Amino acid sequence: MSAATSESPRVAEGAPAIPLPVVLPRAVRRLSERAVATGLIALMGGLLVLIIALPLGALLIKSLEAPSGGLAGLDNFRTYFATPTLVEALTNSLTIAALCVMIVLPLAFGYAYALTRTAMWFKGLLLAAALLPIFAPSLLSGIALTYILGNQGLLRGLLMGHSVYGPIGIVVAECLYAFPHALIILITALSLSDGRLYEAAAAMGTSRLRTFATVTLPGARYGLVSAAFVVFTLVVTDFGIPKVIGGQYAVLATDAYRQVVGQQNFPMGAVVGLLMLVPAVIAFGVDRVIQRRQTSLLSARSVPYEPKPRRGRDQAFLAYAVLVAGVIVATYGVAVWASFIRYWPYNLALTLDHYDFGAADADGWSPYWNSLIMAASVAAIGTALVFCGAYLIEKLRTFAAGRMLAQFLAMLPLAVPGLVLGLGYVFFFNAPWNPLNVLYGTLVLLAINTLAHYYTVAHVTAATALKQIDPEFEAVSASLKVPFWQTFTRVSLPICLPTVLELAAYLFVNAMTTVSAVIFLYGADTKLASIAIVHMDEAGATASAAAMASVIMATALGARLILVLVNRGVVHRLQRWRRREA
Amino acid sequence: MKALGSLALALALLGSAAQAADRTKLTIYTALENDQLGPVKASIERAVPEVEVVWVRDSTGVITARFLAEKENPRADLVIGLAASSLLMFEKLGLLAEYKPQGADALKAEFRDPKAPYTWTGMDAYLGVVCFNTAEASRDGIGTPARWSDLLAPGLKGKIVMPHPASSGTGYLMVAGWLQSMGEEKGWAFMDKLHENMAAYLHSGSAPCVQAARGERVAGLSLDMRGAAEKSKGAPIEVVVPQDGTGWDEEALAVVATTKNLALARKVADWGASKGANEVYAKSYAIVAYPGAASAPANYPANAEAGMIKNDLGWMAENRERILAEWSRRYESKAAAKK
Repeated sequence: MSAATSESPRVAEGAPAIPLPVVLPRAVRRLSERAVATGLIALMGGLLVLIIALPLGALLIKSLEAPSGGLAGLDNFRTYFATPTLVEALTNSLTIAALCVMIVLPLAFGYAYALTRTAMWFKGLLLAAALLPIFAPSLLSGIALTYILGNQGLLRGLLMGHSVYGPIGIVVAECLYAFPHALIILITALSLSDGRLYEAAAAMGTSRLRTFATVTLPGARYGLVSAAFVVFTLVVTDFGIPKVIGGQYAVLATDAYRQVVGQQNFPMGAVVGLLMLVPAVIAFGVDRVIQRRQTSLLSARSVPYEPKPRRGRDQAFLAYAVLVAGVIVATYGVAVWASFIRYWPYNLALTLDHYDFGAADADGWSPYWNSLIMAASVAAIGTALVFCGAYLIEKLRTFAAGRMLAQFLAMLPLAVPGLVLGLGYVFFFNAPWNPLNVLYGTLVLLAINTLAHYYTVAHVTAATALKQIDPEFEAVSASLKVPFWQTFTRVSLPICLPTVLELAAYLFVNAMTTVSAVIFLYGADTKLASIAIVHMDEAGATASAAAMASVIMATALGARLILVLVNRGVVHRLQRWRRREA
Repeated sequence: MKALGSLALALALLGSAAQAADRTKLTIYTALENDQLGPVKASIERAVPEVEVVWVRDSTGVITARFLAEKENPRADLVIGLAASSLLMFEKLGLLAEYKPQGADALKAEFRDPKAPYTWTGMDAYLGVVCFNTAEASRDGIGTPARWSDLLAPGLKGKIVMPHPASSGTGYLMVAGWLQSMGEEKGWAFMDKLHENMAAYLHSGSAPCVQAARGERVAGLSLDMRGAAEKSKGAPIEVVVPQDGTGWDEEALAVVATTKNLALARKVADWGASKGANEVYAKSYAIVAYPGAASAPANYPANAEAGMIKNDLGWMAENRERILAEWSRRYESKAAAKK
């Protein structure tokens, strides 16, 4: 290696006149920067292969096995498509997901616009309110809806005789659940924008509508497409909501559950799981196409857009945001309220009994502490990994094949239902030949699995933020012979600090609420709070389940509050340079 | 001299390590209800003081799936309180150790593994019941059912839920119960009509009763214990064991073939067949393996044991795939079209 580095520059540059001591260190540095970049990308790719590709590979092999053992080839897939009920679940899933995208996307875009492009009041509060669904396990929105729109519900008249148990319930609950996921991506897409474009538009007398259509929308295009796919795949793969409120309406996720848990037919469960991968593969293709067209919005000379107060617009958006936030807060509020009710709907006396978890679950409060430890480690390690990974993928120009692979693997987990990923983990990490099987049943494996499960949204968020920083920064750094890790720590990281903190909060909260991926993986001493919720709900202790979910929500809200304070302090100072001096 | 000293130190360390490991941790997979785990653990540890019980608990389906998924490298030493139908599946795959606990012969015949090799021992039985919400029913003027055929009343159209037999062991034991007690032809004819009244087939054995207890539905076909528990919490429900007999399954225990603590696991299995253990089961279950150890829990239907049909667990296991396929053919393709 060292022989090659001292040899090649002299030959390549063909300038023996320059004194060696000057050339050599520079050349060594440039080459080793490349080596470091390649090494890091390889490391990153290897890690993603280990935590995502190999467990899914183990599952793929399963899907080719006959239910009774032995190789079946593609027979399982043939059986699947020959069974009308299974195909029906596929169409049902796609219909529900498409509907949710059509409902959530405009709502979330309007909300994100209100938060980033208007000068309305209470932005912090309204953001927190809209993110509420993220703070609770998906199944809580289902539980809340049964209290509100169920056959004994407070507002059951709204449905005019239709039952909430079925497509209506699924769509409403999924929209609530998916809304904040879309919102985070759209806020990122809308908040990084160049104020100069708007100044130019205003100077030229461009109408507001035209500015919106020619500046705002194209700038948010990447975020919109990402958000659409995130919502779509979240809905296709979510299992908690259809289980609680789906009634008879079969979807892919409940089908996978039925094959695996009801009939112990792992190969067929794997087939259903693999079908759910299809949207992710499509998302990857579209992502590539759009990305080629995406131009950077934030160049080295950019100035962040700062909305100026405009009364009519601000008030209209405030009314809209309050309405949306009101629906969300009310829904979850009902679930919290229900956790204090003695026996719904026959005895509405208030009680704290449901918070004495020991009565409903032998483990009492210990799952909560497990969850807390697990979520904190996922947030700490995961944020570093995801952001650095996104930087390597987006900003470096070496080892394109490795970056492609890492990008693909990063997009994959979103489409994998938790139950299926969890199963893959069992097959892979519990295999007798796998030296990593010592991790099985430990919090470490739960943390790894959770990170893998939520990798995609975190990655997309980080990538969206990084994409919007002009590659000129890297080009200038390179020409100044500044290695990329310095550009990373001095430019990219500080610019993206709000996003980084957002990532940490996202991972923490999801680790607190995740259910389906970890249900096969927890060990005797490592049961999580979210699993305790499922157990209590199944045992009929719905109020205790709602109570534990409320505790989780409170914890996650606390984490967000800390984030807000940090944002006020550190980030405000670090981001000040981007503003124009008054 | 120095060597001797370190040897002594090493021995001392070994000794203390042995002392710390005095109580061997046994991992036990279970689907027992949460509130049973504490008393059962205490009872085991009193009977076999060398053992520390470590539970991994989940619903029957999840634990069964997990045990099968881990079969290349099993993590459990014993399985306690899991459906016999699941243990039959494990037995077929050779995952259970052959062992007949001491005193097993004293148990009722249907709670003993009938076929060699002897691997599992029954603990208690659970059966299908109707959780019937009298508060909602009286508003609609519907009487409490006494027989299965009463569920076919037109007034109950769209007001009944039951567990999906492919998702839930409880759902399957009911379907298998009807087919055995009515005969296949009449059993299917009954389900055809019941299907007309069914609002939904849910993916959990407890959920139908919970929904009936909350008045979401009028009738929920579910587990006996869930019914008694909901009623004790104050739900306005009757827990009905239909006079014409109901299907059941039993919870059983077995030693896992690959356990590294075979001797201790066998001792725990011996405990499981003892009278004392059965008295612990009897705190939550009305029907247990040891003759005369029964005590009815609060709000448990009085006629339960008499209502148990003559059930062939082996038949249930062998015919499961065939029955589920037929069930799916009849009711699932229609399910979505039905409003």
